[in-house]
Amino acid sequence: MTRHTLSVLVENKPGVLARVAGLFSRRAFNIHSLAVGQTEHPEISRITVVVDVDELPLEQVTKQLNKLVHVLKIVELEREKSVQRDLLLVKVRADARQRADVLQVVDLFRAHVVDVATDSLVIEAVGTREKLEALLTALSAHDIREIVQSGTVAIGRGARSITERAFDRASA
Amino acid sequence: MAQVKAPKPSALAAQPQSFAQANNGQEMTGAQAIIKSLECAGATDVFGLPGGAILPTYDPLMDSQRIRHILVRHEQGAGHAAQGYAHATGKPGVCIATSGPGATNLVTPIADANMDSIPMVAITGQVGASLIGTDAFQEADIVGITAPITKHNVLVTDPNEIPQAIAEAFYIATHGRPGPVLVDITKSAQQSTMNFQWPERIDLPGFNSGARPHAKTVQEAARLLATARRPVLYVGGGVIRSGASAGLRKLTDLSGAAVTTTLMARGALPDSHPQHVGMPGMHGTVAAVASLQKADLVVALGARFDDRVTGKLESFAPHATIVHADIDPAEIGKNRAVDVPIVGDLKEVFEVLVPALEEEHRKHGKPDLEAWWTQIDQWRDTYGLGFTPTDDGLSSPQHVIQRLGEISGPDTIFTSGVGQHQMWASQFIRYERPNSWINSGGLGTMGFSVPAAMGAKVGEPDRTVWSIDGDGCFQMTNQELVTCAINEIPIKVAIVNNSSLGMVRQWQTLYYNERYSNTDLHTGHGTRRIPDFVKLADAMGCVGLRCESDADVDATIKRAMEIDDQPVVVDFTVSRDAMVWPMVAAGTSNDEIQYARGIAPEWDRGEEE
Repeated sequence: MTRHTLSVLVENKPGVLARVAGLFSRRAFNIHSLAVGQTEHPEISRITVVVDVDELPLEQVTKQLNKLVHVLKIVELEREKSVQRDLLLVKVRADARQRADVLQVVDLFRAHVVDVATDSLVIEAVGTREKLEALLTALSAHDIREIVQSGTVAIGRGARSITERAFDRASA
Repeated sequence: MAQVKAPKPSALAAQPQSFAQANNGQEMTGAQAIIKSLECAGATDVFGLPGGAILPTYDPLMDSQRIRHILVRHEQGAGHAAQGYAHATGKPGVCIATSGPGATNLVTPIADANMDSIPMVAITGQVGASLIGTDAFQEADIVGITAPITKHNVLVTDPNEIPQAIAEAFYIATHGRPGPVLVDITKSAQQSTMNFQWPERIDLPGFNSGARPHAKTVQEAARLLATARRPVLYVGGGVIRSGASAGLRKLTDLSGAAVTTTLMARGALPDSHPQHVGMPGMHGTVAAVASLQKADLVVALGARFDDRVTGKLESFAPHATIVHADIDPAEIGKNRAVDVPIVGDLKEVFEVLVPALEEEHRKHGKPDLEAWWTQIDQWRDTYGLGFTPTDDGLSSPQHVIQRLGEISGPDTIFTSGVGQHQMWASQFIRYERPNSWINSGGLGTMGFSVPAAMGAKVGEPDRTVWSIDGDGCFQMTNQELVTCAINEIPIKVAIVNNSSLGMVRQWQTLYYNERYSNTDLHTGHGTRRIPDFVKLADAMGCVGLRCESDADVDATIKRAMEIDDQPVVVDFTVSRDAMVWPMVAAGTSNDEIQYARGIAPEWDRGEEE
């Protein structure tokens, strides 16, 4: 199985996320991550799905996605032709003695500290999955209290926009 | 892999705009808007049963001059009736139910319509918007429940959105590959006032109503048909849904290919056509199964390579180049890899494929198919459909069904449940026109027959409608005979009564050492006859007849044919040991077809490539 990143443009209607996710779960495909948000057009949302699946079942699920009435367009974003990013927030226990060590890791990974308490830090990091995993490995020597991650969001490189044609059709 | 949908469909809604315009701008309740919208969408017959959450809508329904509502005895009956109606007429079927259990009782018909691509609109009441999610009385998330089994569904809480939701439901159900659409409307929306606006245009940017067939692949299909030596047209239910029988006839005559019609396509090409080799699949004819296995070209037309047709997929039609034409791009390549894909409505496919093939013939002449037909005729002669008389002196179910077909004539509509009687009805009745054979193919819903017959008769009142049913199936949905009797819907029911769940019993005979676990129904010969179907028919306001021997079959059918003012139920008590043959055991290759128990056709190995 290989990992695929799909951008799914949908009309911003109730239930559409459940329908899209349902098509994957019904076939017992594991969604690796899923992120959804508005696009430059308020009536269109963009769902980024990262899924581990073989080529043939992926083609079938893509065709089935296309049959959903509120799905406008599906594009697979290849790694080398797109920018793919995740957001990570991690809470680390760090009192005065440990803080310097933790901050060094934060600097090395060009992450940020976004909350400081007497005995803990919240670190924010943005990057590819690999970078964030490396950061977590580096922090694993410390007492990690809590991790939260966004799903991957992805956008194609270059001037082309995948939303413009879909938008034309949605607003015509 | 960028997939962009076809240009946006936009079309005028179904009904004369004048009627809609006369109502536009009127203040009314959401309930009135539901009825007005159904009228605007062209619905004339609806099947339903009221309850709390749909009650507001049943009040204005009483005053509608355009809609006949048929009060069923169980919501499942309403759903199957809507299916039978749509199946027989090609128009969308409509069913109405209340929230919770009313809606969940529609789940089976909706799933059935989804599998068999039947245009259907289901309207359900939902609890008031403020009660949603509180486990209110008769609350069920029917939109969530039916999401995987509808083409589309929607929850409406704003009464102003009712006309558009219903207009879109009819549009989606009937455009592209047909299917069921559910519109769930809260009681609060039904009770609020709104301003009625019937949409002039349907604007669904994400909805793909079908592409035009691609000239290049059509050309390639024509070239293949003109050069193949062993061509087969594998015809599915899509030809019936598309109303493309005339085009199929042209392609058949022109190509000279063998034609096999699946369970969903019986009648798409007349059975009397000399190139018709019968039904394919698990209980198909040897000629149909063998011709697919030996074909060098299979042209699938609105068919979906179902496991009951292909047998073990890897060994299906092993020598064939595959052309697959279907309105739904998701069907192409789903099960079998396709060499030449054609996406489009089959009517349009035939319109371009026939002239393209004529052109090929003009340039290169017609292919020589004589050897192929010699081979097929040999299969047909040696392994024709037939049955052996029973050992126990009781009627053969096949004989009963064959005579039903012969006596009632080619314009009759036959519906069936699921099991042995369904297979025999598909095998031993000669279908000469489309929309004359109505059954549950994909989902395989026992109990489909009686309510589907009711719906078919409502849609086609001038045609005779025979429901062929099993004693097991009949006990699931016979309550709709009450609906038929009271609403003067004179269907005829032939119960092929073998006192058992026959198909399951057949598998127990073949694969479970004749251990008949829970398949005896006690309804036939030498049993206590519980229930007694003749008495049951009488109690439901129908004429009940019984036929117990081959000698009485014709007279009993003729007697049933004479009664046209009320429903008739005939209890044909038949032998329980009759089995459906030929048969390809589940999961095995079509090459392993058994003509009868223990008898496999001799294949001419020299013919294989």
